[in-house]
Amino acid sequence: MSSDDTKPRVAVVTFPGSNDDRDAALALERLGAEAVPVWHADDSLPDVSAVVLPGGFSYGDYLRAGALARFAPVMKGVNAFAADGGLVLGICNGFQVLCEAGLLPGVLRPNRSLNFVCRDAALTVERTETPFTSRCRPGQQLTIPVKHGEGCYFADAELLAEIEASGQVAIRYEGESPNGSVANIAGVVNRDGNVLGLMPHPEHAVDPLTGSTDGALVLGSLVDAARHTFAEPAAV
Amino acid sequence: MKATVLVRPKPGILDPQGEAVQGSLQQLGFAVEAARVGRVVDLELRDDDREEARAELERMCEQLLANPLIESYEIELAEDA
Repeated sequence: MSSDDTKPRVAVVTFPGSNDDRDAALALERLGAEAVPVWHADDSLPDVSAVVLPGGFSYGDYLRAGALARFAPVMKGVNAFAADGGLVLGICNGFQVLCEAGLLPGVLRPNRSLNFVCRDAALTVERTETPFTSRCRPGQQLTIPVKHGEGCYFADAELLAEIEASGQVAIRYEGESPNGSVANIAGVVNRDGNVLGLMPHPEHAVDPLTGSTDGALVLGSLVDAARHTFAEPAAV
Repeated sequence: MKATVLVRPKPGILDPQGEAVQGSLQQLGFAVEAARVGRVVDLELRDDDREEARAELERMCEQLLANPLIESYEIELAEDA
């Protein structure tokens, strides 16, 4: 199994109510990673090079989406991993969890329309030097589906100015946003650039059978970055 | 001790739920200028010390019950301890 030894290991966390964990794992495997399932009640993360918090409705979205998942035992490990510079990608509900956990700025609110939106979204890549967008060209247009009821990204004027100035807006909706997000924000990175929250679902856009394969650019970038991390001596 | 926490969308924060409620009330013929929708959390605390309970409730709000970016909160302690 020597070829498997070179596969970067990427954790995919399952919370009660996660429902995109399997698609995320499948997409990562197709893109050359070994997806490592991790249960929310685990006290720590296994030895991995990246972590994906998948979409879904963790803890039923009770109180506020993502507000309860943030207290799951595994989040201690995720927090420590992110603080060490580890790569963390939160997709949809995962994005909501990362915001509530304070790993990303801002918050996701109910869609402006109050309707659940489920459709392809046109996106523009704003930053290509992140570990999540390195396979994209600057300004590249992507088509990746969204499916959420609470994807309206909000930051107050001061915070928005701050994240814009520090180049933390990685991906924006092209044209009218599906949810009323401020500044059409679809994806935000933290200051260090090792954590990305993304409302659209790249894991649902990797197979031509279901339409666009642009999601592979995002997840492929993550796998590339994870492989690079993997090659460092810390990996066993 | 019983306590109630009221969580509201902060002033200036867009509240589509409130707008929808206002619209429906207007359709029913009520002259409603604005509506904002928040959340009520009723709690029963083991603590009987009002000071301590209030401090504890503040921490609950900061850590979980409200998101300070978008929500304000108000704590009401029941009079009869």
